Amino acid sequence: MRFVSELSKGIIKENPIFVIVLGLCPTLAVSTSVNNAIGMGAAATFVLLCSNVIISLIKNVTPAKIRIPVYIVVIAAFVTVVDMMMAAYVPDLHKSLGLFIPLIVVNCIILGRAEAFASKNNLLNSLADGIGMGLGFTLSLVVVASIRELLGNGSWFGMRVLPSTYNPMLMAILAPGAFITLGFLMALMNMLKEKK
Amino acid sequence: MGVLGQIFVMAISAIFIQNFVLARFLGLCPYLGVSKKLDSAFGMGMAVIFVMTMASAITFLIYRYLLIPFGIEYLRTLSFILTIAALVQFVEMVIQKNAPALYRSLGVYLPLITTNCAVLGVAILNVTPLADGSSYNFLFATLNGLFSGIGFTFVLLAMAGIRERLELVDMPKSMRGMPSGLILAGIMALAFYGFMGLKI
Repeated sequence: MRFVSELSKGIIKENPIFVIVLGLCPTLAVSTSVNNAIGMGAAATFVLLCSNVIISLIKNVTPAKIRIPVYIVVIAAFVTVVDMMMAAYVPDLHKSLGLFIPLIVVNCIILGRAEAFASKNNLLNSLADGIGMGLGFTLSLVVVASIRELLGNGSWFGMRVLPSTYNPMLMAILAPGAFITLGFLMALMNMLKEKK
Repeated sequence: MGVLGQIFVMAISAIFIQNFVLARFLGLCPYLGVSKKLDSAFGMGMAVIFVMTMASAITFLIYRYLLIPFGIEYLRTLSFILTIAALVQFVEMVIQKNAPALYRSLGVYLPLITTNCAVLGVAILNVTPLADGSSYNFLFATLNGLFSGIGFTFVLLAMAGIRERLELVDMPKSMRGMPSGLILAGIMALAFYGFMGLKI
């Protein structure tokens, strides 16, 4: 039962982007298309899952004073794995995500979960937390990316949705569109929360 | 174009055209988190400029003279983040010892810099070949760190100045805080797009 609640909390109730507001850099940078969003979400989920598991396993042997560097090394090792795997198997995606794959290391969500959850909970719950938070992160990315791709390119997941007479609002896939879209989405979330 | 000309172009490009925050989406967490008050934004900005310049120089040397000769470039991410974490710790200790006044004003922000993706971002960009296949030398990598840090501080201060005034504005409750900050950043990014037309 605990497993399920730890898993589901990351998706809505404690959504890392909209509620905890962590990891904004990749959210804004790679949400230009749904394709990129899913790629980034999958990479981050993998790192989050693996680092949560390892950190939960070593929590009793890690001296408290140097725990942050230890966590960062664990995370960086998995990021390197993801980076190399993506370069080998999905080179196109690797190229379009570019700098933001190595930057998963400093994604606050991952270190945040390591410190706030995995270092205090057992293996199974940490696993659930990693999956839940990863899914929540991916879902938020997809929501932001859907809006931006639809407005800025008239397509969704690479498929043309709006008729070709639609004049794409280029701003939506450029940097300003990212900020404004996320700003309005967060305002919407706040409004829904107030109504409850 | 002489070396000075190149440095000038690099400065303009890093501060305005390819601004780290508004065009590259790096360092957003401190940009949105520490921009509520002007003086804390200033402290954060100074600390970031310092760490970005030092980190650019050190990681460049590590990559060129340690990772490449041994053929272990895949350890880039791991070694860079450790270098940055150690550097931040070291800087913190030195400032605490030699300039306690500065330490008190920077204090809280120094440890936060380790997870500022602008620092790791500039370190990785410095060792990545440019579009035309060339890559930076030591001087340019260090200067790139310095100018990118200045660009970060510039928009951080601008943002803090606007947000201090925004506190007094009557706006819907759901727009307060983060949402209005993000929309403000969007409008600033739009303004910065004007610089892209610069032909230098």
